[in-house]
Amino acid sequence: MPIKPFENFRGAVLPLDRANVDTDAIIPKQFLKSIKRTGFGPNLFDEWRYLDRGEPGQDCSNRPLNPDFVLNDPKYADATILLTRHNFGCGSSREHAPWALADYGFKVLIAPSFADIFHQNAIKNGLLPIVLDEAIVDRLFQLATDSDEPLTIDVDLQNLTLDADGHGTIEIDIDPFHHHCLIHGLDDIGLTLTHADDIAAYEARRQNEAPWLFA
Amino acid sequence: MPTPRTLYDKIWDDHVVRTDEHGTSLLYIDRQLVHEVTSPQAFEGLRLAGRKPRRPETHLAVPDHNVPTTDRHLGITDPISRIQVEALEANCREFGIQLFDMADKRQGIVHVIGPEEGFTLPGITMVCGDSHTSTHGAFGALAFGVGTSEVEHVLATQCLLQRKSKSMLVSVDGELGRGVTAKDIVLAIIGEIGTAGGTGHVIEYGGDAIRALSMEGRMTVCNMSIEAGARAGLIGIDEKTIDYVRGRPMAPQGELFEQAAEHWRSLNSDPGAEYDRVVHIDAASIRPQVTWGTSPEMVLPVDGSVPDPAEIADPVKAGSYRHALAYMGLTPGTPLAEIPLDKVFIGSCTNGRIEDLRAAAEVARGRKVADSIKLAMVVPGSGLVKEQAEAEGLDRIFTEAGFEWREPGCSMCLAMNADRLEPGERCASTSNRNFEGRQGQGGRTHLVSPAMAAAAAIHGRFVDVREEGA
Repeated sequence: MPIKPFENFRGAVLPLDRANVDTDAIIPKQFLKSIKRTGFGPNLFDEWRYLDRGEPGQDCSNRPLNPDFVLNDPKYADATILLTRHNFGCGSSREHAPWALADYGFKVLIAPSFADIFHQNAIKNGLLPIVLDEAIVDRLFQLATDSDEPLTIDVDLQNLTLDADGHGTIEIDIDPFHHHCLIHGLDDIGLTLTHADDIAAYEARRQNEAPWLFA
Repeated sequence: MPTPRTLYDKIWDDHVVRTDEHGTSLLYIDRQLVHEVTSPQAFEGLRLAGRKPRRPETHLAVPDHNVPTTDRHLGITDPISRIQVEALEANCREFGIQLFDMADKRQGIVHVIGPEEGFTLPGITMVCGDSHTSTHGAFGALAFGVGTSEVEHVLATQCLLQRKSKSMLVSVDGELGRGVTAKDIVLAIIGEIGTAGGTGHVIEYGGDAIRALSMEGRMTVCNMSIEAGARAGLIGIDEKTIDYVRGRPMAPQGELFEQAAEHWRSLNSDPGAEYDRVVHIDAASIRPQVTWGTSPEMVLPVDGSVPDPAEIADPVKAGSYRHALAYMGLTPGTPLAEIPLDKVFIGSCTNGRIEDLRAAAEVARGRKVADSIKLAMVVPGSGLVKEQAEAEGLDRIFTEAGFEWREPGCSMCLAMNADRLEPGERCASTSNRNFEGRQGQGGRTHLVSPAMAAAAAIHGRFVDVREEGA
């Protein structure tokens, strides 16, 4: 699927102060029965967010909310940037996790580290995962929670910088290929198919070397 | 002299179609396993773009996550699950992909049937929309989980865009003690390096204790590479690997097999090959493991006690420990062996193979599940595992002891079907993840080996299987 080109924006930060947030927590398994790519937002973090048991097809607007969960804090209601701790997205390869985060409205995720498969899945959906040093993440948590107003960050993907509400500019580092794809909103299957000749040449060579893979 | 290469280097080099100016490679994928949960949107993507699978014969599909483990003849009663399984069947028909449907005796968990059918082969690249695809690394195959977009990418192009990972060698040196299994090895490794320890790496497992494992044991170790943060785990190819593959229905036959085997024998890391990181673990020091928390790295030997977050210096880690203990309903200092259990689950792609069922049956033979256990269930990894177990009489050992003997599938590893924990219930499970809610909302999971799970069912609490005299 082609993704939309990533545009620079200013967004509010939601601080989720937990390490090792796994994809079962991001979107529990009962919602994986859907055969669509959309509609997962209301069930993002379902078990932490609501006090009852979530089932597919429910109207989530009437469900009892967990007042202690940060997503339900009105201060962060308009957040589009998720700030969290290390190894975010560990566990299952379910792409429903980035689908749910994007469907909810997040555009950027900031953490000291992300799990590999989740990171890849996020990029494929135009969701930008940004890895920052632990110390900078600590500082952002402090800024995000110290004031009554949410912290806002300017994300400039063209120039690879973040500006945290006048608290200074932070440089971001991202794989150049991912950068290219996000900025231009590329369909990477289409991109790969432009190399169809290379693939065919590889297959012809490989069929000779390892005929048992083509039998 | 050529530079010594690791096994990962060799498989990688064999599969690179091209590399661009950013250092991203187009990697050729030899085989893909497909299941009902992560594929519908990929097939829909193909349809919307008017694309076809490049090599339909290189994919094998099976429903496993949603299938019921009882009353199979009634079909799937949950309508949403049924739609997903029917979508898989319709997509396979439309795109010409081989499917083992629910009525096929070869149906089972993707990661059990791949090796069983000889669909998994040494030296190949293999993916599946499932993180436990790392299992197939036991065959010296580069196998890793992908998301749905990449499932579609492989269907359409037979390739993936990849950047080469770093390499890590985990060497398990020496001999395992009695009653200590592959599951204990991998849990001990995760306890040592952490759930992010392998992030960005492909792990190769080596050392005497790994070489000594059966293929089933090697699959258990590679299976949980993802719980150590690594997308893939690998084990070098030896005669055990080749003997396991020989004669399997989808493996090459005759002359072609011998030609393949000759190539496979070259697929081991060269002496002097360099890794980005090397970890040594002393096999003799590994004791039967039990997880106490909500991450697989929260693991201790069975004779340990629940840790105290107050003794943890790192505030983020201490916070994780406090969350975990609150969720698990545990108090610091409680000996693991005193934790009472409600349910026991033996199965999954980690421990649902014949050797696992034999180990559990050995402990259960002639004994009874404790009265305090509400449900102890054994779910074979595939129809063929079930058939083999029944031929050996293992089903009777289990049922006479009070275990339920079920139909194959993922079952209570992730509780997408009807098999799940109720809030607050505590389970000894041979699966791979003890995350919050994994086995059912509010359910509490302790990961253990099959023998430890069977012993826990008999006693109603954890016991050291080495003292069982089995």
